[in-house]
Amino acid sequence: MPSSTLSRVQARPSRGYWWYLLPGAIAFTVVVAVPFAANIYLSLTKWSGIGDPRFVGLDNYTRLLHDEVFWTSFRNTAAMVIAMVVVPTLAGLVLAATLFDVIGRRFGPKAASFLRATFYLPQVLPVVVAGILWGWLLRPDGAVNAFAEAIGLGAHDWLGDPGTALPMVMLVMIWVQIGYPVVIFMAALQRVDPDLYEAAEIDGASWWHRFTAITLPQIRPETFVVTLTCTIAALKVFGPVWALTRGGPNNATTVPSYFAYNAFFNKLQVGYGAAVATALTLLIVAISIGFLKAQGRVEEAS
Amino acid sequence: MSTLTLGRTRAARRDPDRYKQGAARWVVLVLVAFTAALVLVPFAVMLMNAFKSPADYSGNGPLSWPESFQLDGLRTYWQQVRFEGKLLNSIVISGAVAVLGVVLSLLNAYALGIGRVRGRLWIVAAFLLANMIPQEALVYPLYAMAKATGLYNSRLSVIIIFTVIQSAFGTYLLASVLGTFPKALLEAAALDGAGRWTTLWRVVVPTVRPTLSVLLIFFFIWTWNEFFIPLVMLVDNSTQTVPLALASLQGDRLMDATTTNAGALISLLPTVVFFLIFQRTLTRGVTVGAVK
Repeated sequence: MPSSTLSRVQARPSRGYWWYLLPGAIAFTVVVAVPFAANIYLSLTKWSGIGDPRFVGLDNYTRLLHDEVFWTSFRNTAAMVIAMVVVPTLAGLVLAATLFDVIGRRFGPKAASFLRATFYLPQVLPVVVAGILWGWLLRPDGAVNAFAEAIGLGAHDWLGDPGTALPMVMLVMIWVQIGYPVVIFMAALQRVDPDLYEAAEIDGASWWHRFTAITLPQIRPETFVVTLTCTIAALKVFGPVWALTRGGPNNATTVPSYFAYNAFFNKLQVGYGAAVATALTLLIVAISIGFLKAQGRVEEAS
Repeated sequence: MSTLTLGRTRAARRDPDRYKQGAARWVVLVLVAFTAALVLVPFAVMLMNAFKSPADYSGNGPLSWPESFQLDGLRTYWQQVRFEGKLLNSIVISGAVAVLGVVLSLLNAYALGIGRVRGRLWIVAAFLLANMIPQEALVYPLYAMAKATGLYNSRLSVIIIFTVIQSAFGTYLLASVLGTFPKALLEAAALDGAGRWTTLWRVVVPTVRPTLSVLLIFFFIWTWNEFFIPLVMLVDNSTQTVPLALASLQGDRLMDATTTNAGALISLLPTVVFFLIFQRTLTRGVTVGAVK
């Protein structure tokens, strides 16, 4: 190859590609950047959605800090993190390892992938449809109470009682989420050298020992991804709360996104809703950066 | 090590202790299968009640087997919400977003991954951020903009919004895939005199087609399942999507239990069918997304 051609080819991939970013940049500006900036501006105003917004500085934010419902919504987010991140990730690790290590190898890959698909099924539904299905199951005259009565327990208004509403929403979210880590972890396990397991097994390592010494360290990158994506999803959760309880009873199940939606479209407190949404964004970005930094440190160390 | 392992494996297979593990594996299978069955219980209860008559339901409760196989609930729900319209809306919106979102992701990723334009790390970070921002932090301005431009309550508004939101993820994923695109292919195309546009469609697209098809399927199903922004934007019966149709009937006291179940069944059927057809691609896609 003549040297002039070579240099021309190499010089090529650095100039003149800007045109390809243009449609994306315009669309991004109109649909994300401008609305996001506008939302921050609105969070500094008092506005009912009609007429002109009135600039009030940080009033909405100071009001937030003293609003009990706002704090309840963030406490409920912690419950969502338990239901959507902690429980599914831990259960998903055990299930995936069992499916891969025991079911897949002793009963064949067909059995393992059938069971995997079963766990994943709730993940493919529109989450609001899942919410409505469960809302019916948990109704005072629904199937759960029919079952409770059949085995001699009394009926209970599961979603109407402030004491049980949040645990029930958590239960539904565990049901929805469980399949996602199972699928990712099983895919991750296919990367692991089977000799590792074979050798450990022959050396007499127990299942638990293999799980902690091989499975967990080998699939650490996927565990990071699952925890991060599920945490973001837990902070954003809206549909199931809307479908199951609309944040009630008595704000017992309200979450920040429902709180913001309610402020925007039911209470017509646009500025206040915008402040909630901005606070939620800050929290999500901070948590994500923290996660990515921690991941970088762990990867460097290993 | 391999021969040693092999020898020990054979020894292990003869080990009588292995038989014990053979019994334990059945316990494990039963436990896992039982957990999987628990996941299916809500579907089973829904199926049972979707095919009951209202009289059968009020007489025998939600846990009994249907006295006879009735399609009334399904028919009532279908007619009440004019389901074929919702189905069409969902298909149009999700299909348009899937195609447009992939094209937009591809153009962005071509500039970022292969063009390596200056400041690309910051640009990718911006797209990543767009993927993280909760929709609540965009929704009111978008709602106001849609009202101002006359796009409120139109399928087009939702198509535009989700094309951008989905392509934020697509750009992030594709840019890292194209970042490792084989240089030799690009050089060969350049030597053959292909311009950038030709190279994109004749060389890059055919090579990354599997990733593109994964994105296409994901964008489709994600958009299909979206609820929050459609809830705000689509208020009219003629524009609403499948999940919204069920949700907006939920508060309706006229909807009896059998119709609710029939409605849930009809609403989740398309996604389940889609899942069964594309199960492999979806599983592969989840994995691709996880590793990048």
